Amino acid sequence: MKVFKGLVIAAAALGWAMSAAAADISGAGATFPYPIYAKWADAYKTKTGIGLNYQSIGSGGGIKQIKAKTVTFGASDMPLKPDDLKAAGLLQFPMIIGGVVPVVNVKGIAAGQLHLDGATVAAIYLGDITQWNDPAIKRLNPKLTLPATAIAPVYRSDGSGTNFLFSDYLSKASAKFNTTIGANSSVQWPIGIGAKGNEGVANMTTQTDGAIGYVEYAYAKQNNMAYAALTNKAGSIVEPSGESFQAAAANADWATADSFYLILTDQAGAKSWPITGASFILLYKQPADPQPVNEALKFFAWAYQDGATMASALDYVPLPAAVIAQVKKAWSTEITAGGHPVWTGK
Amino acid sequence: MAIIDSRHAAKQLIYEKVFRSATLTAAILVLLILGGVALSLLHGAFPALKQFGFAFVTREIWNPVTDQYGALSAIYGTVVTSLIAMAIAVPTGFGIALFLTELCPPLLKRPIGVAVELLAAVPSIIFGIWGLFVLAPVLQRHVQPWLIAHVGPIPGIGKLFMGPPYGIGILTAGFVLAIMVLPFIAATMRDVFDTVPPMLKESGYGLGATTWEVIWNVVVPHSRAGIVGGVMLGLGRALGETMAVTFVIGNAHRISTSLLAPGTTISSAIANEFTEAVGDLYTSSLIALGLLLFLITFAVIAAAQAMLRRLERRALSSI
Repeated sequence: MKVFKGLVIAAAALGWAMSAAAADISGAGATFPYPIYAKWADAYKTKTGIGLNYQSIGSGGGIKQIKAKTVTFGASDMPLKPDDLKAAGLLQFPMIIGGVVPVVNVKGIAAGQLHLDGATVAAIYLGDITQWNDPAIKRLNPKLTLPATAIAPVYRSDGSGTNFLFSDYLSKASAKFNTTIGANSSVQWPIGIGAKGNEGVANMTTQTDGAIGYVEYAYAKQNNMAYAALTNKAGSIVEPSGESFQAAAANADWATADSFYLILTDQAGAKSWPITGASFILLYKQPADPQPVNEALKFFAWAYQDGATMASALDYVPLPAAVIAQVKKAWSTEITAGGHPVWTGK
Repeated sequence: MAIIDSRHAAKQLIYEKVFRSATLTAAILVLLILGGVALSLLHGAFPALKQFGFAFVTREIWNPVTDQYGALSAIYGTVVTSLIAMAIAVPTGFGIALFLTELCPPLLKRPIGVAVELLAAVPSIIFGIWGLFVLAPVLQRHVQPWLIAHVGPIPGIGKLFMGPPYGIGILTAGFVLAIMVLPFIAATMRDVFDTVPPMLKESGYGLGATTWEVIWNVVVPHSRAGIVGGVMLGLGRALGETMAVTFVIGNAHRISTSLLAPGTTISSAIANEFTEAVGDLYTSSLIALGLLLFLITFAVIAAAQAMLRRLERRALSSI
């Protein structure tokens, strides 16, 4: 009898816990923005009592989950093409910006000293440039003494938004890279060694003499890695920083981009960092149940409004104000339930 | 009295029936789960198999950009890393088990036995991180340059040890796998050696046999089935190990003759790419890799069973 009573209480407690969880916003997808989403969620819960249950299972998983309608929103580091979005009835908008940084391990070269451009980096990853004292690298760095060390390219082995941004940038910078390799979250690298995650790439790069790799900006900064400066589309040499990422986002032509389908690599502007990218959110335009979508939109609006400082603290870059205004306009015009807009906020 | 007895008997009969059907259900459940796994793998892999046909197994290409997939490099990596692991772990595990059961001073028996079992309890991610941060730099700085300089120039075998010393690669993965499967092999073999009746061994010693002769002619023949079982248990784990291998194999969909070069295995490719795989053919190809691993493991177990049966027959005929 006692056991039975205990069971009843346990079941009631479980039921209560589940009803409490039902009020939470649910989302799944990209791992790259997970740290900032988690931080926002924590602050938002303290303020409103509404939590966010975000599963960082990867962009591919996020797209599958939103298409299966098991979550309220999906998140992806690669924007979906407008046709795909229309077919699925989804709305897409950018949430946060980050940058990818080439890092090197060459004796005697400190952070920011080495200068590279897209074509050179592409030639390195294609195996066309194999030595650090190659004339192409020397030409960009006339003042540096470069050793005759073999270049050991390191790449991200796990499918990721970082891979996508990096390979997309190299595809834009080099026609040969574009035709032989192309851009994706995983690509078939012809040479080099694959390491898992930012931590794997960082570790392989720091322990291999002559290595070059690429990691998310926050990772390079927090680990004091020797990053390289890059030549951008405007021809100026830029260093990776919050400002140069935001410059790339601000110079992008969001207004005419259909469904916010815009890749921020290789943007115009003298200050734009060339390997910048946004992470996207996916929502149904005509949700069967508008209530959770409305809660999610409230959360995103709050994050745009009050989350910028938290984002900067984690080395992410908030969206430019003009882009936020466009996103909110898309919310109020495109997300509807029974003919009425779901989003009625500012 | 008689009435109570028959009641008691009837009750027992019901218990018996309930127990019987419960165990039967449990056993059938295994079959259902296995069948379900096979069916869902087949279903998921179908688009890729339909697109590429048998060429999926024979092509080395793995290009998500052009949506061209072939499993050959992953199959190669899986088989080669497992073979390296077995080449190191089987003799070592055999030695550990023999030492523990036949030669070890009683004082050391428990500590070594417990240590072997503890090794089996270390999660694979720990082996991966250890392999990447501790083992790989040591191999890169001290072992691989030596191999490249001294073994590399030898014709034939030298081909296996060429290229830059990355620290991680097929050889490192095989080495980490060896450490991971060692406790399974050693523990199984030890338990089997322990079941050899002391009378048999003592008879051997009584006839004037040396320790080596007793081990080779009495202990080993008596525990053949267990030895094969231990090896297969280890091989099964080596074939399917995911996380530790992903960290140290270098994850390149390429086949190189050099063991120092990066490669990939079936399970590490799935772990690396499944989360961000966008597109039906890509996902389906990864599931098809899973199906192949399922088939390879099945073939290994079937081969082990066949080998055991042959050993038994030979043992019977020799009597």
